[in-house]
Amino acid sequence: MRESLGMKRTPLYAAHQRLGGKLIEFGGWEMPVQYTSITDEHLAVRKAAGMFDISHMGEVMISGPGAEAFLNQTLTNDLRKLAPGQGQYTLMCNERGGVIDDLYAYRLAANEYLLIINASRIDADVAWLEAQLAAFPGRSGVQLRNASDATGALAVQGPRVVEFIDACFPGASSGGTIVARVTDLKKNQVARFSRAGDTIWIGRTGYTGEDGFEVVAPGQRIEAIWNQLLAAGQPHGLKPAGLGARDTLRTEVCYPLYGHELDEDTTPIEAGVGFFVALDKREFIGRSVLADQKAKGPGKKLVAFKMTDRSAPPRPHYAIWSTGPGAAKIGEVASGTQSPSLGVGIGMGYVPPAFAKSGTPVEIEIRGKRAPAVLVPKPIYRKPD
Amino acid sequence: MANIPSDLKYAKTHEWVRVAGNVATVGITDHAQHELTDVVFVELPEVGRQVKAGDACAVVESVKTANDIYSPVSGEITEANKLVVADPALVNSEPYADGWFYKIKLSNPAEVNALLEPEQYQTQIGGA
Repeated sequence: MRESLGMKRTPLYAAHQRLGGKLIEFGGWEMPVQYTSITDEHLAVRKAAGMFDISHMGEVMISGPGAEAFLNQTLTNDLRKLAPGQGQYTLMCNERGGVIDDLYAYRLAANEYLLIINASRIDADVAWLEAQLAAFPGRSGVQLRNASDATGALAVQGPRVVEFIDACFPGASSGGTIVARVTDLKKNQVARFSRAGDTIWIGRTGYTGEDGFEVVAPGQRIEAIWNQLLAAGQPHGLKPAGLGARDTLRTEVCYPLYGHELDEDTTPIEAGVGFFVALDKREFIGRSVLADQKAKGPGKKLVAFKMTDRSAPPRPHYAIWSTGPGAAKIGEVASGTQSPSLGVGIGMGYVPPAFAKSGTPVEIEIRGKRAPAVLVPKPIYRKPD
Repeated sequence: MANIPSDLKYAKTHEWVRVAGNVATVGITDHAQHELTDVVFVELPEVGRQVKAGDACAVVESVKTANDIYSPVSGEITEANKLVVADPALVNSEPYADGWFYKIKLSNPAEVNALLEPEQYQTQIGGA
């Protein structure tokens, strides 16, 4: 991890420069927003393949006989559902049910877990986990290690990734889910592959709505993996893709982004991800508030919308208005963009539950003028069958 | 290397001006469109509007950003380019041709002399 002008750089910084990446500041990191164009990179992921540097994200290892109980008390989803070699999307909440972070939890082995956390929340998450662990009665059976600085990661996403990824990781896996090849992994499964003595974890998951894999490796190993995947994938349409495309892709499929749809004053129920809150497991932080909200209904709901006329793109913080007599501001855009796949403005925002029905017409205030939109079911973009 | 036609004048804020008699056509430069990449929306001033040099009079939006366009010259807007409103990608593909923004009847033609020559604009944007 090297620094420049106060910004951190991932081990793939040199690769971004070589590829002509347009570098911007993101959460304290110098990251590529795009290489050629956000639209090109977005469409490459939908039609062929794109590769993202996600080394800025955090990795926390939790192990020991008490790990499952500790994590099940700290995270909302039920880790008991995970066999070794499986992962799940989950959230970490405070006592008010507010989201500290959303993350992926992989069970690597019976007593070994890998948490993949948001780059902007590494410090907050580790501080929270350490504080919870210090108060956990079974803490002598739990080891926690923040491996973020030493770890690199990348994501390859798109329908053609399966054509080239196996050749880059030859041989069977040696841990997690045992498979003969990477593409034998089912969705949410994770496996260990070795390379020159280094341990690489590959999970079949992603943040784009396409099939894909996330590769987690030691920081000094990740550039070689990136270069190899790039060479193997380019004949199949693989393009390097930046944070701009990452944002348009996840917005199209309505995946939340911490700091936009999720924050410490918003619950998973309000954000529409209550599916990942296991109210039927034993006590976990925030449980009673979330159970109450689930029973009585939340005070605000996350909705998705599409612009219905040609307009400038909707953007975060633009006001959402109801229509008709008594029209008023009812919420704010949390995420918004021009959808490269649909060619129209799309977004998500919080409104009072009374307004949250699909088909409800709304207006988005763009530079002082209100443009028509309509609430739509999630996801906004669905792959054609 | 950005394209900088020799028959145009330029503003520091990356607009170009083509003068024909008393009417100027205004757009944004190849350098500007390259920085923006994918233009998805263009908002143009209304015909008949009076603008002063330096006024923000149009908006060009990419996927990631909305950018004000500042009129390099003063006068009355006589035409807004319907083509670029219908197909914003023209700003990227033809910044000096079909990607033009608006025409303006000059109220103070001497202002054109204060704009940058092609070589001066080239110097400003550097070797890109």
